[in-house]
Amino acid sequence: MTAAMAPRAQSRARPPELNIFLALVLITLVFELLNRWQGGSFLFNTRDNVPGLFNQARLQIIILQVSITGIIAIGVTQVIIIGGIDLSSGSIVGATAMISMSFAQVALVNGNPNPKAIFGPELMDLPVIVPILVGLACGIFAGLINGLLIAYTKIPPFIATLGMMVSARGVAKWWSNGNPISFPTDSFGALSNGDFLGWITFGALPGQGLNPVLLFIALAALFQLALTYTLYGKRCYAIGSNEEAARISGINVARHKVLVYAIAGSLAAFAALVLCSKNLTAQSGMGVMYELDAIAMAVIGGVSLSGGRGSIIGTVIGALIFGVIISGFTSIRLDAYYQEMVKGAIIVGAVVLDQWRQRRRALEG
Amino acid sequence: MTDIVLKTEGLTKHYGGVHALNDANFELRAGEHIAIVGDNGAGKSTFVRQITGVESRTKGKIWFDGREVSFTGPLDARESGMECVFQNLALADDLDVPSNLFLGREIIRFNLGPFSILNRKAMRAATEEGLKRTGVKIPNLDNPIRNMSGGQRQCVAIARSASFASKLIIMDEPTAALGVQETAQVENIIRTLKDRGIPLILVSHNLRQVIDLVDRIIVFRRGHIVASLNKDETDGNDIVSYITGVKSQNTATASI
Ligand SMILES: Nc1ncnc2c1ncn2[C@@H]1O[C@H](COP(=O)(O)OP(=O)(O)OP(=O)(O)O)[C@@H](O)[C@H]1O
Ligand SMILES: [Mg+2]
Repeated sequence: MTAAMAPRAQSRARPPELNIFLALVLITLVFELLNRWQGGSFLFNTRDNVPGLFNQARLQIIILQVSITGIIAIGVTQVIIIGGIDLSSGSIVGATAMISMSFAQVALVNGNPNPKAIFGPELMDLPVIVPILVGLACGIFAGLINGLLIAYTKIPPFIATLGMMVSARGVAKWWSNGNPISFPTDSFGALSNGDFLGWITFGALPGQGLNPVLLFIALAALFQLALTYTLYGKRCYAIGSNEEAARISGINVARHKVLVYAIAGSLAAFAALVLCSKNLTAQSGMGVMYELDAIAMAVIGGVSLSGGRGSIIGTVIGALIFGVIISGFTSIRLDAYYQEMVKGAIIVGAVVLDQWRQRRRALEG
Repeated sequence: MTDIVLKTEGLTKHYGGVHALNDANFELRAGEHIAIVGDNGAGKSTFVRQITGVESRTKGKIWFDGREVSFTGPLDARESGMECVFQNLALADDLDVPSNLFLGREIIRFNLGPFSILNRKAMRAATEEGLKRTGVKIPNLDNPIRNMSGGQRQCVAIARSASFASKLIIMDEPTAALGVQETAQVENIIRTLKDRGIPLILVSHNLRQVIDLVDRIIVFRRGHIVASLNKDETDGNDIVSYITGVKSQNTATASI
């Protein structure tokens, strides 16, 4: 213990989430300034014919987009914390959307038989809980396969989940020969488009269409608490930090990995349900590239790709940064092609930042 | 023979043509603290690795706690009450001190299977208490141990093993990389083990430390146990002459 070390060891380190939050504020500010320079505003309402202080439409788009991919990112965060990676979540969204949507169809559309029917009438007009449970079962099943492959065959997570990515997308296309599945029951559509907030507050807080956001917040809070206050979280960080030490300490590392991948799969399924409820249709291409967005959100949010570090709060802020950047580019009317290029750069940039943080930590440590 | 905690008979390990350990006969009695000394490459770590089951032995038998054992690894050994502090630490760098001390046997507030709620307060208090008893000074327990000095980390690893161990603790060069002050702290922990009556095998190159701390000194030389010396009947020069091969006990067994 040298004298030079003592002060740093004594002061409790500033939580990394604070830095990420400051980055969010800064990036938002930059887009606000860029918009002002073009004569508009990023956050605020500048139109006279629309009431309100804020640009309601834009904010709604940001948080809705962020919510759906963000739900996936909650699972991806946990996978990365245990030192793994999940490339399959986007495809799990696709497969789950197709399968669960086919259990959510109505028998009659405007008095005529459902033109997109997958099953016979006996499997139509089912209670909404059926597609929900079917969807979650699909996600958990896919996650279990990921976890079992990774934990018991020692295949690198990258390869195992890449395989799942391709296979699950195959399932999504095969399920209805590539045809979209539409015309869900009203209650299924209400999952995303209803007004849960208004309902529980007796209309005091209307939130039509904000259900995905509520679900995202609830799931984020749930898993943030689990990671911080439960055995589950302690084991996640221990395994990501030093798998060998965790094993020697008596933690059943393989079983824990299976659990984490299954949870990630179930979260991808939640995202799928929210997405096809919101769109009232399921397509085999749903969720393409969502896995990369989710990984980017986590890494931007300070989750280390080498495992052991990060939090759900960080990922939520990372997701907001991601959403702000994407809609920020739209707001300054950057062409969609450029947006994709920039998105790629953001993902790579986040990883570079992660490695830089690690190197700095290694030098300090 | 109930007071024999650990016994080996003809323990042998060959790495291909390298005869790292040959026909080691060894006994450790209840409450006894033993040191293992010897030149680099004498086979000390190899001996430890065979006992704890990190590697599978070429030949020989091991008895621990009254029964013949064949541990499959450190976890297996731990479950039988044998703890080992290896030269490379088994700590989770991203966790804080209490989490490391209680890794794998956390105190639970509310049982929900894998989602059981942790009792973080109790673990922190127990950590503080335990470290105070051993005199280990760590400025902030809530920081990840990544930010701590090598000595502090080593102290955490040893404190962890010391609190896990119920029947035997083995330390392979625990103070090799430590400064004076940190070495003293580790030695303090070892003394508390003596007070608790927990037997110890200490691998060390530090003869001053060895003579200070243990009851009996076993000398390894070129893969053989060449001497077993009572602390009161030997001194540094005597030990060195066995280490270097100037002297040799002609007894085949290391126990007295
Ligand atoms: N995995 C291995 N494969 C081949 N040879 C090995 C292996 N491990 C150890 N040895 C050899 O066995 C001999 C004993 O090594 P060991 O590590 O037991 O020495 P030691 O007494 O612990 O030395 P030190 O004081 O340097 O730690 C050495 O000659 C070493 O090179
Ligand atoms: Mg050694």
